[in-house]
Amino acid sequence: MNVQVVSLERHSKAKRYGGKSGGRGHVEIKDVTVRFGHGADAQQAVKETSLDIPPGQFVCLLGPSGCGKSTLLNCVAGYVKPSAGTVLVDGETVKEPGPDRGMVFQQYSLFPWKTIRNNIAFGPMVAGRGHTECSSIANTFLEMVGLTRFADRYPAELSGGMQQRVGIARALANYPSVLLMDEPFGALDAQTRLMMQENLLKIWSEFGTTVVFVTHDVDEAIFLADRVLVMSASPGSVIADLAVPLPRPRLAKMATAPDFMQLKKQCLEQIRSESLKAFEQQDR
Amino acid sequence: MAISLGALLAGLVLWHLVTLYKLDFYIDFENVPSPVRVGSSFLAHLATQDFYIHIGVSMQRIMTGYLLAAVLGITAGVVMARSRIARAAIYPYIEILRPIPAVAWIPLAILMWPTEESSIIYITFLGALFPIVLNTLHGVEQTPEVLVRAARSLGASRLQILWHVVLPAALPSIAAGLAIGMGVSWFSLLAGEIISGQYGIGYFTWNAYSLINYPDIVVGMLVIGGLGTLSTYAVRLFMRPFLAWQRRAR
Repeated sequence: MNVQVVSLERHSKAKRYGGKSGGRGHVEIKDVTVRFGHGADAQQAVKETSLDIPPGQFVCLLGPSGCGKSTLLNCVAGYVKPSAGTVLVDGETVKEPGPDRGMVFQQYSLFPWKTIRNNIAFGPMVAGRGHTECSSIANTFLEMVGLTRFADRYPAELSGGMQQRVGIARALANYPSVLLMDEPFGALDAQTRLMMQENLLKIWSEFGTTVVFVTHDVDEAIFLADRVLVMSASPGSVIADLAVPLPRPRLAKMATAPDFMQLKKQCLEQIRSESLKAFEQQDR
Repeated sequence: MAISLGALLAGLVLWHLVTLYKLDFYIDFENVPSPVRVGSSFLAHLATQDFYIHIGVSMQRIMTGYLLAAVLGITAGVVMARSRIARAAIYPYIEILRPIPAVAWIPLAILMWPTEESSIIYITFLGALFPIVLNTLHGVEQTPEVLVRAARSLGASRLQILWHVVLPAALPSIAAGLAIGMGVSWFSLLAGEIISGQYGIGYFTWNAYSLINYPDIVVGMLVIGGLGTLSTYAVRLFMRPFLAWQRRAR
């Protein structure tokens, strides 16, 4: 897969922030099924899904709301235990959430009583690192997301976009092998979202960690990802696995290129047929 | 500010007038002391040592009972919010005991506790306990789930989550409980002091009535009001640094 070649080159750059993700971040999802509820009320959120995500790859899980994409992400994060099947990260079975898998939520996930600096240093702090080390890690990541000026502010004093940058920095401050993002830009306005996407790609190109990014926005998925996984609704499963052959660095103007449009059309058709199916099922 | 001062001044003048003319219109002002007599009585007391002993004894009882209630109340609230078993075991007691006013406890407290002092402190403690427990419980339950999940994914242990996430999230509610608890604590203390004890500002007030020293009744009342307000303010002041992040948010 040509995608992997690109991501390997990226790892050399990861050194700049001391990223240790070179070779780490291999995510294997094996026959995962997730059911919620019991007996007749049981709902199948994810059905027998298998995926192999090589280290350093940027993957988007794309699908309509309620298709189980967040559930699948939560299995990798360790919040949801699969009813059947296993999730492996670097060969180890996921049992609970852990600092090797950084998580970025949609919004309001920063600790409001901690300054931006202390939010970012939270991971190193609970890991028992010394004050000086925490502070130097915080400085590194404050600089990375361009928020050094706001180090001593509280989250509520920052805009939504800035808060999400802090959320990304906080997750990366643990040097995770995988970064899990659950519609992180969903609550932002279109302009901010575009800036955040470019910003995220820049950070990723320097960091080289594996990213699993959940979104329902087709443009966002194609713009960001090496690979787009389209998910179907109830029961959730991956129905299309599309490589994104667009060159990097990705530029905003690519969103109108023929290649991009072709991919978008493919994704939209898949999603549309799936949404219709889901719609009809709800009607019954 | 000017309006408030003016209103207070008007009230003072009205008080002066009704006592001056000994107004007796359903409410009898015949024996109500005038503001001037209360003021001079207050000034006279400021020069005596006894007056400070009364205040000191009351403050000490408040401090002891209230601090015990704060420690035990916050602990119980957190434990109940975090453990279903503890909640099922403790909550019924709170439901049964909470509606019983402090005054109703006095006879039993005197019988139960070895000294009068300890029974008064017990009543003070009880008054502060319930608002603190319930507000802590409520506050801990309000902790946003996403913050707990974020902390878990960042590698925090259960204890670290409690200390760095759950307690700070509950703190605004705990602070409210502490402030309310302080008010109820004074209320309960006074009830205890009026009925038993040889010292304390509640005893001072009730004693003034027994001795037909009417200005002192009002002196006692005003001192109680002042101390109650001051101590509630002190609680808020103490909690302030911990809630700095909240004010910034606005």
